[in-house]
Amino acid sequence: MGNGETTVEKETSTESALDVPWNVVVHNDPVNLMSYVTMVFQRVFGFSKDRAKKHMLEVHQLGRSIVWTGVREPAESYVEQLQAYLLLATLEKAE
Amino acid sequence: MTVEVTRTGDGLRLSRLDLFFVELLRQVPVSAEPGDSEAARDRLYPSATSDPRASEDWRAYVHPELKEFFTSASDTVREDLENFEHLDETTDNYSFEIPADHFDQWLNVLNQARLSLAARFEFQEKEMSQNGPRTIETVRDLSLFQVHFYGFLQECLLQDLGA
Repeated sequence: MGNGETTVEKETSTESALDVPWNVVVHNDPVNLMSYVTMVFQRVFGFSKDRAKKHMLEVHQLGRSIVWTGVREPAESYVEQLQAYLLLATLEKAE
Repeated sequence: MTVEVTRTGDGLRLSRLDLFFVELLRQVPVSAEPGDSEAARDRLYPSATSDPRASEDWRAYVHPELKEFFTSASDTVREDLENFEHLDETTDNYSFEIPADHFDQWLNVLNQARLSLAARFEFQEKEMSQNGPRTIETVRDLSLFQVHFYGFLQECLLQDLGA
């Protein structure tokens, strides 16, 4: 069972890597309407209109905004939802 | 060229449409298809990370789900587009209603179309922020006009949704 123990150790270290906080980042594009982006943030993250607008303006003015930080699995789910709304969303390891 | 937009209890009614606008509306699901444009396909199906292995997984597992979602929305829009009304046969005057319970699908497909066209014709930020082309002389001008017209429709739908 020596090999089995090695496998367990590898899985544990992979799991630790996955647990590193991940950022969900939305990038600017010139096509998506500002009101649309605001609505998407409200729907996906349940943000208030003010908070959604703040992130939308960050995207528009700074080129990107970190809209959520946490463990990998929900982060991936958020990126998929944002991409389904056709926003340019990516996943990054939090520094 | 005018289009009248009215909010009804059941949706958004577009009326006084001439054949040019009827055709632009019929082109919504067609323009949403990335076709052979790699730029359009990359924009509709982006990567999620810079890690090549994770990107491969994303392509394998997430992109098919996105495709299914986009296709389903396009199918709804295509079905709605079967319902143009031409009440007066003597005039070029059509009307059409987007049902309220299909607003989300319309927003999505209008967005697919705008993003596909913008990627295919490489529209620049300045072109997107202006009011659209003054004259339509080329396919590119027409596509830019489409992007602006579809954006106008999105704004109308978003207002109705209270966004």
